[in-house]
Amino acid sequence: MSTVIPLHPVNAQGDCGDLDLHTERGQRAVFCGLTGIIWLHRKIQDAFFLVVGSRTCAHLIQSAAGVMIFAEPRFGTAIIDERDLAGLADANDELDRVVSELLSRRQDIKLLFLVGSCPSEVIKLDLSRAAQRLTRLHHPAVRVLNYSGSGIETTFTQGEDACLASLVPELPTQDDTRQRLMVVGSLADVVEDQMRGLFKAIGIDEVDFFPPRRSTELPAIGPGTRFLLAQPFLADTTRALQARGAEHIPALFPLGVEGTTQWLQAAATAWGIPPQRVLEATQAPRQRAEQALSRHRALLSDRSVFFFPDSQLEVPLARFLHRELGMRLTEVGTPYLHRQHLASELALLPSGTRVTEGQHVDPQLDRCKQAAPDLVVCGLGLANPLEAEGFTTKWAIELVFTPIQGYEQAGDLAGLFSRPLNRRLKLVA
Amino acid sequence: MQLTLWTYEGPPHIGAMRVATAMKDVHYVLHAPQGDTYADLLFTMIERLPRRPPVTYTTFQARDLGGDTAQLFQNAVSEAYERYQPNAVLVGASCTAELIQDDPGGLAQALHLPVPVVPLDLPAYQRKENWGAAETLYHLVRRVVAPTQQREARAGRPARCNILGPTALGFRHRDDLREITGLLEEMGVEISVVMPWQASVKDLERLPEADFNVVLYPEIAMTTALWLERQCDQPLTRCIPIGVAGTRDFIREVATLAGLDVSAQLERHDHASWYARSVDSNYLTGKRVFVFGDATHAVAAARVAAREMGFEVVGLGTYSREFAREVREAAKQYGVEALITDDYLEVERRITELQPELILGTQMERHIAKRHGIPCAVISAPVHVQDFPARYAPQMGFEGANVLFDTWVHPLMMGLEEHLLGMFREDFEFHASAAPSHLGSARQEAPAVAPSWTPEPEQISIATASGNAPGQASGGWAPEAEKELGKIPFFVRGKARRNTERYAQERGLTLITVETLYDAKAHYSR
Repeated sequence: MSTVIPLHPVNAQGDCGDLDLHTERGQRAVFCGLTGIIWLHRKIQDAFFLVVGSRTCAHLIQSAAGVMIFAEPRFGTAIIDERDLAGLADANDELDRVVSELLSRRQDIKLLFLVGSCPSEVIKLDLSRAAQRLTRLHHPAVRVLNYSGSGIETTFTQGEDACLASLVPELPTQDDTRQRLMVVGSLADVVEDQMRGLFKAIGIDEVDFFPPRRSTELPAIGPGTRFLLAQPFLADTTRALQARGAEHIPALFPLGVEGTTQWLQAAATAWGIPPQRVLEATQAPRQRAEQALSRHRALLSDRSVFFFPDSQLEVPLARFLHRELGMRLTEVGTPYLHRQHLASELALLPSGTRVTEGQHVDPQLDRCKQAAPDLVVCGLGLANPLEAEGFTTKWAIELVFTPIQGYEQAGDLAGLFSRPLNRRLKLVA
Repeated sequence: MQLTLWTYEGPPHIGAMRVATAMKDVHYVLHAPQGDTYADLLFTMIERLPRRPPVTYTTFQARDLGGDTAQLFQNAVSEAYERYQPNAVLVGASCTAELIQDDPGGLAQALHLPVPVVPLDLPAYQRKENWGAAETLYHLVRRVVAPTQQREARAGRPARCNILGPTALGFRHRDDLREITGLLEEMGVEISVVMPWQASVKDLERLPEADFNVVLYPEIAMTTALWLERQCDQPLTRCIPIGVAGTRDFIREVATLAGLDVSAQLERHDHASWYARSVDSNYLTGKRVFVFGDATHAVAAARVAAREMGFEVVGLGTYSREFAREVREAAKQYGVEALITDDYLEVERRITELQPELILGTQMERHIAKRHGIPCAVISAPVHVQDFPARYAPQMGFEGANVLFDTWVHPLMMGLEEHLLGMFREDFEFHASAAPSHLGSARQEAPAVAPSWTPEPEQISIATASGNAPGQASGGWAPEAEKELGKIPFFVRGKARRNTERYAQERGLTLITVETLYDAKAHYSR
């Protein structure tokens, strides 16, 4: 099922790294896009995410998120039952009823996402029409949007991409052509605040973050908008933003010192700010980050790492681990490889690195065992079985749920990889 | 369509996975889209099994739907068979694949594998996890076991039984099995096959050799046990060995089926029944307890609560609709109406109404209890990482009774502490939110996000919009009365407030005074 694609990725400079690129199909051990709800509902604090799906969807989210912790979480599932399938009940009427029930209980909700799932896609329940209808019904108190987080269309973080893309048409229009910066992709609040400070120090004052913390604070967009991606999995969102006239600033992703500096530099260049000013403005945090990294380098340097596909963060993470911590890359698996957004990242991987797009989990496990890496980055289903076989693993999901971007988090990011190795050294029994 | 914020049971294919994962040599090929593989983490992260569940997912995508998903399924079955060499293959569809109607059973049969292929038809839009496990076990047994009414004569050999029900991801199944195995062996009963836990397909063929079946978890094993009763003339146990009395009933039942004298086992000493009789347990008398869980554990817990702890059962319920009748019967004994629901908000409403002093429930009731400041112990699935303790902690048998005693008493105020709290209500250390002293800082606020596999993740995040939190004043409290109410220990304050307000409302009193508070107290403590 594995085909070798003799592809030389074209990077921003036009030459190519000599990467060993593969595409695989088969069983995947990756979450579907519904899982993005876990962090999106915390990010947008007046939004509710209603999955229109099956008991499996409900069980997936509660298992992945541990939702029991919330008094009443801001997500739920409208579980399709046999009456809906048999046509005994009109699925649209049922959905309207469920939404009314929900909104009457949750008066605090300003934005409702109807989230499509595998079953709703297969029975072709038209959630975009439902969203329009429900918006008319509940306007102006609540706005209703829809996107698909289904496993037949989205992998894990692609759920955020689909969600943000559905929000783009809602952004108010900025009429003047004044240049504004938009940072796109969910970041921890603390990271946002740091970035805002850095941009200000560099000389970029007007910075919007998308998604915003409240749905009532959607940033305006217009021909003057130029945007940086904070996350590598936002292909559809990028297209939607470009369609509204915004311009993408290609850059490395802000992971590690190198990534963060280059990311800030890219914006500065677009603003006509000299590189020297960026270096001056970031000197203190860069030094702190370097210092923090050096503590982890002793443990990580020259160790080998194997990535199973998970969040699409794998390529930038591999670049960081290799270039800033001296790790050796055995295989970099990623569920989907966006060659354009990752061009400059791929160019920084050492030549000959195996990059695998997609997954066929059994042969990939064989390769992992064959390579015997010092550290395996993988999903929750694989981690303990590999640990039991003597491998040291890092749960990939933690990389999505932890603030890892920017200078102040570079040491924490390295720590996520060094901790499992360190722990193994400590345990004697 | 049903609005669901949280669910007690997973879909039925999770039940099938629990059976497959428990066994040694079966493989389950599930026609399912990407994302359904989340189910692996239930086993590897919650149960912390050191191996992947024996499940292959076809992981079809949208672009496959127009093409040949049937071929994709057949390839997955062939590859899984080649790689894992199982002795039986279970095949089925998850909710999405059920809609595309590829007929996994027929497709797998067409491959003519040299091992039994068991098609599982588990309607995901009607049924749930436990039912799925029961059906899987039943179809597997029907496919593998040859019905027979004959078995080796009893003369000159010990009585022989099978143990049916323990699965992967079961609530304390591992420890229950060890406890009950010990008990049966001590009685002189030989255990022929344990199923499905660590059984092989070959083991299943030997099921008819036993004289009778021990059914540990009826939700999972009853269908199979009834079939074996009809087809192989094997009687089955119906007593659940939970609590001292339950265990003794079970021993007597097994003794009858095995033709044994068991007086020695019945006399066996446990700590729990003595502790319950000891004078310091007096304070447990009449504590109002609410019980909710799967049918088997809920019914057994109610019995232990009433007869072995001296509690008053004020509510009993289950999410196991298949066993609603049994729970209703049991509820009648306590003069309460059974709550049959899988909506935790309904359970929370009932708890709010009843204001029990102790909740025996699932992990969800534990969270409800935290929000309401009511002590709680967990007695039933759905499982949480905490339900797989490192130590030996069965729920069944005599040791199980000891575990229940400890677990249920632990969240309560200790006897003397409760008295002192009653006497010195305004003592500065007994402030409104004082927790039992042995629970230390258990009730502080904590971060909101933590995955369910993290040990002790959550803390209370305040009931936001439920609007039915206890102690919400309806107005009309005189300041002195409100102050007096504050002197009542927190764990009964909610009940006192509700009772007083009801008392005032029924009598048309607009202002609740200290007098009203004590009138109501006298009225309700008749």
